Amino acid sequence: MAMSSQPARLKTDTFVINLGPQHPSSHGVFRIRATFDGEIIVDVEPIFGYLHRGVEKLAEGRTYTQDISLTDRMDYTSAMTNNLAYVLAVEKLMGVSVPERAEYLRVILAELNRIVSHLMAVGFWLNDMGAGGFTPLMYCLREREKILDLFEMVSGQRLTVNYMRVGGLLRDVPDEFLPPLKRFVAEMPGFIDEYEQLLSENEILLARSKGVGILSAETAINGSVVGPMLRASGVNWDLRKADPYSIYDRFDFEIPVGTVGDNYDRYTVRIAEMRQSVRILEQAIAQLPTGAVRTKLPNILRPPVGEAYGHIEGPRGELGFYLVSDGSIAPYRFRVRAPTFINLTVLPDILIGWKIADAVVTFGSVDICMGEVDR
Amino acid sequence: MDWLYDLFPKIGDALSGWLAGFLPGWAVYLIMWLVGVVPILIFVLIMVMVVIMIERRGLATFQIRYGPNRAGPFGMLQPIADAIKVLTKEDIVPAQADRWLHWLAPVVTFGVTLLWFAVIPVGKDAILADLNIGILYVVAVASLGGMGVVMAGWACHNKYSLIGAMREISQMVSYEVPVVISILGVVMITGSLSMTQIVEAEGVPFILLQPLGFLIYFVAVLAQINRSPLDQVEAESELVSGFHTEYSGMKFALFYLGEYGNAFAASAIVTTLFLGGWKGPILPPYVWFVIKALIVMYVLVWFRATFPRVRIDQITGFAWKFLLPLALFNILITAIELAIWSEFPWWLLFVNIPVAGALIFLWSRLFTLQGGQRVEA
Amino acid sequence: MKPKGFGLGLAKGLQLTLKHVTRPRMTTQYPEKKLVPAKRFRGVEFAWNPRLCTGCLTCAKTCPQGSINIISHTTENNTYWVDDFQIDTGHCQFCGLCVEICPYGALSMGSQYEGAKYRRDELVLGAREMMKKDRQPSAFTRPWFEEQRERQTLLIYGETEKE
Repeated sequence: MAMSSQPARLKTDTFVINLGPQHPSSHGVFRIRATFDGEIIVDVEPIFGYLHRGVEKLAEGRTYTQDISLTDRMDYTSAMTNNLAYVLAVEKLMGVSVPERAEYLRVILAELNRIVSHLMAVGFWLNDMGAGGFTPLMYCLREREKILDLFEMVSGQRLTVNYMRVGGLLRDVPDEFLPPLKRFVAEMPGFIDEYEQLLSENEILLARSKGVGILSAETAINGSVVGPMLRASGVNWDLRKADPYSIYDRFDFEIPVGTVGDNYDRYTVRIAEMRQSVRILEQAIAQLPTGAVRTKLPNILRPPVGEAYGHIEGPRGELGFYLVSDGSIAPYRFRVRAPTFINLTVLPDILIGWKIADAVVTFGSVDICMGEVDR
Repeated sequence: MDWLYDLFPKIGDALSGWLAGFLPGWAVYLIMWLVGVVPILIFVLIMVMVVIMIERRGLATFQIRYGPNRAGPFGMLQPIADAIKVLTKEDIVPAQADRWLHWLAPVVTFGVTLLWFAVIPVGKDAILADLNIGILYVVAVASLGGMGVVMAGWACHNKYSLIGAMREISQMVSYEVPVVISILGVVMITGSLSMTQIVEAEGVPFILLQPLGFLIYFVAVLAQINRSPLDQVEAESELVSGFHTEYSGMKFALFYLGEYGNAFAASAIVTTLFLGGWKGPILPPYVWFVIKALIVMYVLVWFRATFPRVRIDQITGFAWKFLLPLALFNILITAIELAIWSEFPWWLLFVNIPVAGALIFLWSRLFTLQGGQRVEA
Repeated sequence: MKPKGFGLGLAKGLQLTLKHVTRPRMTTQYPEKKLVPAKRFRGVEFAWNPRLCTGCLTCAKTCPQGSINIISHTTENNTYWVDDFQIDTGHCQFCGLCVEICPYGALSMGSQYEGAKYRRDELVLGAREMMKKDRQPSAFTRPWFEEQRERQTLLIYGETEKE
């Protein structure tokens, strides 16, 4: 009986679906125009710009100190680290140094913000997977609320903190800041253990995320990917160790590195980074000196002509500010290197070939924040 | 207080006796039938309201927040507030949708939900239709539920809904088989398909005598009623509610009621088959039935609060490769035990439970839930 | 990949969720129960002291948005008399730069967060609203107001409502 050795492929048509911009899991207004063949994604076209507010242009019309309140609103989940990166760039331009106590407090606030951002990332990623309604999200948000109370105590606002200034911090932290901070640092490892207990061995989670959305190390490096995405692919690159800024070289911590680069590795890298942040916090609180927190500088800054690039390891990767000054009170060019904007260039590599359900989970693990992508 | 216990048969006999005094036989039958259907309807609606409240407040306690607690004491009137709100909403039909099918889909879904309750014994002799093929009827009606979903998915003229409908077909078909085979163990022990007979035969609840059957049936019926963690059909974060995206107003309310009615019906059937139905010491039998069904419902809520969603190809793989072989082993073992001891003594539970545990352990070594599979373009 | 056990991970998850049933709820039943914001809270209203204000316009120049509008005239002894001091809280981004920079400590942030109005032009706060006696200034860069403010409710101590 003559039969062809391979079954004839059924000729099917592909169809195009818009995932977003209004979608429960597009993490902000982000649109993916995906072409599907059945359940498999064949092509991906990311379309963004829905949240573009012209931050870089607005910053050219404001003085250097007024720009700090603009940087709050870019990556709105981690305002302290945005402030820090910008202020480091201006300090490089002007050549001012920062008092010791201010450096330690900056590290404490930046690491707290890292925990906040990772809690949001993990919580919403689990929400995308449908983990129990939104049960793990609620648990993560509970810890986040505790940290946001501390931010409110220090700066007056929870999210748009506007707390760092060129030359230090705005004001010293109040006396009632340290006891709840110490209590939080003591309790947090227990809560991280709970998150791991709930989910790290859960068979359903492992099946949904292990081996899904693999990003190889070579693709990641070629695509300028930074942050937990890069470290999950096996590349040991963290600015806090590779190019230490502020006083990070005085602390003893590790960089968690994944192996495969799938969704599960990104999740474990974020959880491990939270643990390392708690470790840095413990050391910083123990070594906190007394003293002033702000170098005396004029109210309106006039940096000398030049350019500077200040970068930090934010929760999402390397956040950098490239400032060009022409001697006036406002920057001539204010360029932001947003980590998630550049991480999104590898989206076709990690989405094509997977199914719809995988696409949503993978996209959640990239952990974008549209304020930063669109500026 | 004896009258409280066999309330329903007494009322039924009294009423039909009084009617037969002045009406011909067929009229008595018709009126008794109507009188039987209306309490079922009211019972279903009230229990669905209770189930919705358990779900919302139970889910909230797992998530360390309060559930609805404003409408009425402890928020108990929240479903009524929701119903009033939903009745006053505008009924939107998409422009290119199939109007008649769009209208028919929620009606079919809710109608099928009501059909389940015809054969569930709520108390002693309190059953609407004492069919002697009760279990077969239940299985047949369960598969009808998928029809409403597919109609809705097609009628909405929306790609998201269509994807949801396609997933529903594959899920429904895959889980038919483990459902039927796991019930077979219970039927073999009882020797009859009738629901009342099954409850009568439960000296020891069948959950102890058929642990494997219970677990398989529990998971399989979760899939049939589209409940988390096996609810990719209406996965909110991916497909924006799947097949009921385009529905608003009372049609959406019918889907919603149908979903919770299905959940309650499934827990009622699990109670009847495995937990001893209405048997219990002091309280009247229908009270015991409701308590047991609500406990099973609470376990369903607990599952929903904890587990992530399983992907659709993993759901179907799980049914065919894990549940089906285990169900076949289950009837094999039950058949062997029945062949040796024909009345199935109660101490066999000490044999069955370790055997079930060993089987699950061994089979899970062989079965893998496939993680990622990338298809090369 | 092989699951670690035969559903053991699932059982652990179930146990953790059950443990949370006994934990106290973390939400606040607003509006019956309220939280107390921080002492340095930057609220939606402002407090302005006309005796300390000289009309120097430093705050208006520092505002990134240009939300401050000061109407003044020169008096005979060559000082400014402020006729009206308006802040458009609909446009303001509550960064606090104006309060930080005021050389005389005349302007302070408020500590209210319930400042919703029915019409957009009611959001422009004039001198009358800001001068009222029951304004509650916050201690943001004004440490002398700290003893007037209540203690903040911190979730770390399990406080979900004002005592």
